[in-house]
Amino acid sequence: MAHRRRRKRKEIFAQGNEAVAQGALLAGCTFYAGYPITPSTEIMEIMAQRLPRTEDGVFLQMEDEIASMGAAIGASLTGRKAMTATSGPGFSLKQELIGYACMVEAPMVIVNVMRGGPSTGLPTSPAQGDVQMARWGTHGDHPIIVLSASTVPECLEMTVVAFNMAEKYRTPVILLIDEVTAHTREKISIPFEDELEVLSRMQPAVPPEWFKPYAEAARGVPAMAAIGQGYRCHVTGLTHDQMGYPTSRPDEVNEFMTRLFRKIDNYYHDVLIVDEYQLEDAEYAVVAYGCVARSAHHAVDQARARGHKVGLLTLKTLFPFARPAVEKLCMQCEHILVPEMNMGQISREVKRVNNGRTRIRTLNRVDGQIITPSEILKAIL
Amino acid sequence: MSDVTKLIHEYLRHNKKFPHVFCAGCGHGIVLGSLVRSVHALQLQKDNVVIVAGIGCSGRMAAYVDFNTVHTAHGRALTFATGIKMANPELNVICVMGDGDALSIGGNHLIHAARRNIGVTALVLNNQIYGMTGGQCSPATPQGDMSMTSPFGSLEQPFDTVELAKAAGANFVARSTSFHANQLDKLMQQAIVHPGFSVLEALSPCPTQYGRKNKFRNVVDMYNWLKKNTVKVEKQKEGDTRIPTGVFQNLDRPGLEERYVELRQSLQAEE
Repeated sequence: MAHRRRRKRKEIFAQGNEAVAQGALLAGCTFYAGYPITPSTEIMEIMAQRLPRTEDGVFLQMEDEIASMGAAIGASLTGRKAMTATSGPGFSLKQELIGYACMVEAPMVIVNVMRGGPSTGLPTSPAQGDVQMARWGTHGDHPIIVLSASTVPECLEMTVVAFNMAEKYRTPVILLIDEVTAHTREKISIPFEDELEVLSRMQPAVPPEWFKPYAEAARGVPAMAAIGQGYRCHVTGLTHDQMGYPTSRPDEVNEFMTRLFRKIDNYYHDVLIVDEYQLEDAEYAVVAYGCVARSAHHAVDQARARGHKVGLLTLKTLFPFARPAVEKLCMQCEHILVPEMNMGQISREVKRVNNGRTRIRTLNRVDGQIITPSEILKAIL
Repeated sequence: MSDVTKLIHEYLRHNKKFPHVFCAGCGHGIVLGSLVRSVHALQLQKDNVVIVAGIGCSGRMAAYVDFNTVHTAHGRALTFATGIKMANPELNVICVMGDGDALSIGGNHLIHAARRNIGVTALVLNNQIYGMTGGQCSPATPQGDMSMTSPFGSLEQPFDTVELAKAAGANFVARSTSFHANQLDKLMQQAIVHPGFSVLEALSPCPTQYGRKNKFRNVVDMYNWLKKNTVKVEKQKEGDTRIPTGVFQNLDRPGLEERYVELRQSLQAEE
């Protein structure tokens, strides 16, 4: 048997923003367009350093947040894996073209490092106030995938997941992290390329004359031809038929809209990612995400040490909402606590799923400070 | 088969449900014809031509031609075009915008595209009004002119696309009109092949919205107005207030995408 050399992963001490940039490069991102904004700027700075050194990487600093979205979608249409990153006010500006990306089914990743809001708010303080905006920010009924990360290693992991989901489902994917996670430094180990699953969009399998760019496909996700590949498609933000041309015929509009939702709704088993901790025998559950999940993890350990049966559900996918996992808790537990750094944006989803079955308690903080383990512990006991 | 029929067969989409949206007398069809003739004369590969359009009457142009076409959001066409050109510099990217697109909601994108000198051809179809939404005042509506939102005459001074693009540093800046189809063809070809950012303004009458509100009795009057009120820039004398047409800026700076490729190569050579 051939001797297998043991490989050691490269380990670095990095902050969440660096981990996001690392994850993007590992996932095959070759295009970044952005605009500087605290606290997400490090992602942009790293991409500016790294992308021109790759074979075909493109980095662009655009004139505003809207332009960054436009450039990234344009690049996505030419077959690139594209990303942009921003924070609060910038995320508001990006909403216009997030809807466009949903409509034309352009895969891309939008990172939003949440800071205190509304408006300019608290630029250097953490918050989780953009959760519902990530879901419903752009106008019109649309499906979207929103992911989150609570530690630095998770930032890397979830960025790769975000790119994979974007490519697999041909949809913009939003990664929500918060200022604390973005700026906390931790050790991360960089996986080797062959250790990672990296997905790319489905290419057309038929010649241009047979190709329907928005055809009804088995998974609901049509193949995507890149500009310049010879398919000469029409891409429009107007509601379109299977050929991509504008239509207002109710049957065609309905077919398009239902497919748009179906392509994600039918794959909850793949899209919904949660972490369950000490939940098997839990009588009391905490549902959390982002940096708060970290505090909650600590609080659960402390509560367990005192003999309380407490568990934690960490939401890594925020939307579509992880209904099955939360529903299970609603039937199992006597109390559920939802601590978050907003006035209750995920707790309203938990309450909706709960439908009166068990007692849901909230713990909200909107002063730009993180929720500490002791606060959560106090709320549990 | 006549030349026009050949061009129609070659460059217009067969699978698109015509008729088009343009009103009778609209100048946009003439600009579209000029675009098709220019691409044909330059012998560009259809697969390598990308039309990126904004929103409005001009934006609908993209759907009819058999190129790679992207109908974007209002004002944002240049941002998409920048992304496309940077991602694949081999493509000929032509951006079709109206005056509302290019000068109002997308004004910032226009000046920054000019500043960074991205290798895109920006075609500004200026009909001096918001046509599709029913004839509201635009940043190109001349002072004193009537529209649905300036019922007592516009008080504001309009933008001059050419001066704006020149000042912002566009590599190539030209103006023509729907009346001067031959000149438009020539300038269009120059604008498409010119490296870096090119801006071509085409004055294009809107009889339905602009003409009716501003005492043009019929479509012919509007084209006659263009004939009488424009002059080639070379022939324009001191004190002549007519609108100049022709080439206004012709610089030879390499486009951003070329400079970026050079940067990438030099960085890779270092390693």
